[in-house]
Amino acid sequence: MRFMVLMIPGSAERYEAGALPDEKIIAAMMKYNEELAKAGVLLALDGLHPSSKGARIRFSGGKRTVTDGPFTEAKEVIGGYWLWQVKSKEEAIEWASRCPALDGDVVEIRQVYEMSDFGPEVARQEAALVEQIDQRMDENKRRPAP
Amino acid sequence: MTHRAIEAVWRIESARLIAALARIVRDIGLAEELAQDALVAALEQWPESGVPDRPGAWLMAIAKHRAIDLLRRGKRLERKHEELGHELAARLELAEPDLVAALDDPVGDDLLRLVFISCHPVLSTEARVALTLRLLAGLTTEEIARAFLVPEATVAQRIVRAKRTLAAARVPFEVPRGAELAGRLASVLEVVYLVFNEGYAATAGDDWLRPALCEEALRLGRILAELAPQEPEVHGLVALMEIQASRAGARIGPSGEPVLLLDQDRARWDHLLVHRGLAALERAEKLGGAFGPYALQAAIAACHARARTPTETDWARIAALYDALAQLAPSPVVELNQAVAIAMAFGPAAGLALVDELASEPLLKDYHLLPGVRGDLLAKLGRFDEARAELERAASLARNARERALLLGRAAACARGPAPPHG
Repeated sequence: MRFMVLMIPGSAERYEAGALPDEKIIAAMMKYNEELAKAGVLLALDGLHPSSKGARIRFSGGKRTVTDGPFTEAKEVIGGYWLWQVKSKEEAIEWASRCPALDGDVVEIRQVYEMSDFGPEVARQEAALVEQIDQRMDENKRRPAP
Repeated sequence: MTHRAIEAVWRIESARLIAALARIVRDIGLAEELAQDALVAALEQWPESGVPDRPGAWLMAIAKHRAIDLLRRGKRLERKHEELGHELAARLELAEPDLVAALDDPVGDDLLRLVFISCHPVLSTEARVALTLRLLAGLTTEEIARAFLVPEATVAQRIVRAKRTLAAARVPFEVPRGAELAGRLASVLEVVYLVFNEGYAATAGDDWLRPALCEEALRLGRILAELAPQEPEVHGLVALMEIQASRAGARIGPSGEPVLLLDQDRARWDHLLVHRGLAALERAEKLGGAFGPYALQAAIAACHARARTPTETDWARIAALYDALAQLAPSPVVELNQAVAIAMAFGPAAGLALVDELASEPLLKDYHLLPGVRGDLLAKLGRFDEARAELERAASLARNARERALLLGRAAACARGPAPPHG
């Protein structure tokens, strides 16, 4: 099972201000990431720049609106993510609990969809469903409009 | 705290725990028992007291206290005190907290030692696989049995006998060094790759524990890469597994039929795993020296992984890599693959010349791919009658109905003339 693990810093303001964490915290986090790698569970990880360097694309009424960051109304901002390969949700929770996070920080784990979630049986069911829909659409085309 | 949560802690901590205990008591069987005792204590106490802040340290402390207890009472020791060394015997006189600290592993070699012992050449391959999955991957006997389609009792026996064999052979609890290291490491890598291949061979209807073996092997490989980062073949094996695993989503067609590499939808390749595989290969390269067999196979897989479409494949490089592999680990199958690569790079005539050299190879006598490849090359050269005959012969050697149908289809196509190019 794969999990995306999101770091939501306790103080969005401090994070958005681009404040670098304390040396000790950085060292603790590096050690933590090392432990994840040594355990063979770490697939990927990255820190994210503050949202001032980002942008949002909003979809509404068929239009796309682009807004540059920062997004200060957002109370929760994602500071970074990991991708882990584990055997169970409980294992992800255990590892997440070991994160050297600060008071107020939140770490969220989300399971990642994988190919095996869409096994051949699902593909067959999907194909059958698509065929059914196609048939219905053909029938609808032949019927006169109301 | 639920049982599953405690299981998760066990999965994270058990290998290191057993490894430390193995160093202390010098007996794998006893080490595992002491570790299991600590687990029982956790299952009894944690649901009420809650999870300790550092569950690994908690388990280690419980197990070490039991170990010291046993050592002091001289119970169940397989070896005498003298063999444990004067230093350890002297330490037994220390007060307990000092003793627990003194038994720490300053160099961090415990886990690596356990890896080498579990894969010791004195054990049969099945024993090594069972012991490794049990002690290092933390799988239960039942899980191992289901994954390998053997009865649980068989696996249990293998593990019991393996522990006895190791004790009887008085295998030293050391990380092999110098001239011994290469062979011992090869034994470890062989076990890991065997587990991976067992998982890779799993088919759609199988118990989910079978394809999960690929994940277990990858985990073991990645752990090994951090335990022995200076070993290029470890990174080579990891690279090979990451890249092969990257194709899992593209390997099976909609009706469950296998899809050949060159026909796979590359958008369905897991590009994170490809990226990781290429990174692991780079680690092997940076260590310098000639590539070993795993790194070479990984380099071949990397050539495919880097090509966005089959037509972009660097076949010349693949042919050269197969040449190097054939010199290191000569095998007619490797040479056949080399012939295919040479044909793709330099034309079917060049490939056919090599295939013809393999015609009398006894090991390939009943191997359907030999006439299969020959038939394809003959077809590309416009020699359709000969091609059809070879492909029909290949069909007669096919291992199952699907393979046979594919080959008969290609044979019939020869009657119709040239086939469209790939890609």
